[in-house]
Amino acid sequence: MDIAATFFYLFSVLAVASGAMVVVAKNPVHAVLFLILTFFNAAGLFILLGAEFLAMLLVIVYVGAVAVLFLFVVMMLDVDFAELRAGFIKNASVGAIVGAVVLVELAILFGFKGFEIGKAGKIAAAIPSQGSGLSNTEALGRLIYTDYVYFFQGAGLVLLVAMIGAIVLTLRHKEGVRRQSISAQVGRRPEETMEIIKVAPGATIIPSAEGQN
Amino acid sequence: MEQDAQTAFWQSQEFWDGLIWFATMLGSSALIIVGLLLIIAFLLLMDRKVWAAVQLRRGPNVVGPFGLLQSFADLLKFALKEPIIPSGADKGVFLLAPVAASLFALAAWVAIPLDKSEAWGHWVISDLNVGILYLLAVSSLGVYGVIMGGWASNSKYPFMGALRSTAQMVSYEVSIGLVIITVLLCVGSLNMTAIVLAQSEGLGTFAGLPSSMLDWHWLPLFPMFVVFFISALAETNRPPFDLPEAESELVAGFMVEYSSTPYLLFMLGEYVAITTMCALTTILFLGGWLPPLDVAPLNWVPGIFWFIGKCVLVFFMFAMVKAMVPRYRYDQLMRLGWKVFLPLSLLMVVVVAAVLQFGGFA
Repeated sequence: MDIAATFFYLFSVLAVASGAMVVVAKNPVHAVLFLILTFFNAAGLFILLGAEFLAMLLVIVYVGAVAVLFLFVVMMLDVDFAELRAGFIKNASVGAIVGAVVLVELAILFGFKGFEIGKAGKIAAAIPSQGSGLSNTEALGRLIYTDYVYFFQGAGLVLLVAMIGAIVLTLRHKEGVRRQSISAQVGRRPEETMEIIKVAPGATIIPSAEGQN
Repeated sequence: MEQDAQTAFWQSQEFWDGLIWFATMLGSSALIIVGLLLIIAFLLLMDRKVWAAVQLRRGPNVVGPFGLLQSFADLLKFALKEPIIPSGADKGVFLLAPVAASLFALAAWVAIPLDKSEAWGHWVISDLNVGILYLLAVSSLGVYGVIMGGWASNSKYPFMGALRSTAQMVSYEVSIGLVIITVLLCVGSLNMTAIVLAQSEGLGTFAGLPSSMLDWHWLPLFPMFVVFFISALAETNRPPFDLPEAESELVAGFMVEYSSTPYLLFMLGEYVAITTMCALTTILFLGGWLPPLDVAPLNWVPGIFWFIGKCVLVFFMFAMVKAMVPRYRYDQLMRLGWKVFLPLSLLMVVVVAAVLQFGGFA
């Protein structure tokens, strides 16, 4: 059997199985770990498609950063697992309906209309043909910075707004907090902060007028 | 009929080519793992010897001449002791964590090129055209060993250590990523071999000198070299940024509950990650396997020796930093990462891009 086909089935079976385990796993931390396994297998599928840049980005962004924050939150939250599990049957029907709608939509998109028409054809342009001498990264970069440059910049702006929003939400100015100011510390000079006094035997020291506390 | 098809496949050229390719891959992977582990055994000893020398001690000197066999004695001891798993621990994740830590660390070496020359050939297992991204991805996975181990131990100190480490490693990846971008701007390729070969020409050759160490990226990108070196220390949890295992506060951080072989795997993963960072510094800034001066006696030496020599030099700097610099406080660490390195490296990306574009290099 073809090596690529073998790996395709390996990655897709593992992706589906670990995706199912995300839902089924009793412990939420285990669920996130299975989610990470799913990401890995999706990255493997990207590599088989010849989209190695996207695969690496998936691992760097989702596995390396986003999933770490997921784990962070899930570990810190004190979730009552039994209570969460109780709603499983009740919510399963809603989940199934959402899943079915997405499945039908995808089937209509790819099954009846085909992949080649319209915008979908342009997506394929990111995968350079064999022998064109272009790497996947370069082809993707050309596409993003020519045809889709405004969408790309727009998406960047949306992310920037979200980032600033998160900072604004968590920014608090507390009164009366003595913060460490590194530049002030480094900028201090001995003559401003130190005073050398010769003390005669038996005499007392009266602090200078500036008050050296 | 089916039998015929099968024998035809067994005898086909394609099958034997595939088998030879597979065997070569397996052999070279085994070779690089064994070589790497041997080198790490002695790097560990060097680490301890350098540390001892700075503190005017003798360091390990009992096992073998000059203590040369100390690491192997440690290995035996780790492997033969009983692994203890705490009763409240999540057993699967607890044992998976050290395996993941060492596995991800070792996986990075697939993409690291060791040499490429007319005489000695191309020494790399897989010359990925997104090699540097692969390394960034794999090094960012190192955090999983720490966070899984800390959580699965079901104990307070490991958990605190794991949380600290997560925030630290994710923070410093940002500046490492931006530093890599500045190098990529100068090279124009994500391929690691191309990054090294691009350093055979540079500032020195512009001035009319032969190919030398002045061409390497450390000189034109010196601020980035410093930022990368410090970020590499933080990314691998080396002192002065070893807050995940700050023994004065957290006993041993995420490793508190680990013993024997699982502990060994954590240590192995840590040192392999450090070696990877040394190799990455060598490739990005110190010209990889290129000789420091491209003249007769120096360029007869196989490139692999230059590569290893430069890695050991960077490791020596790692060891000296460990010996000389006191540990950072946690808020200082975060400040350095987010308020100093991130703006600096972001500014350098803009400056380098502008110089390349308007200076006529693009």
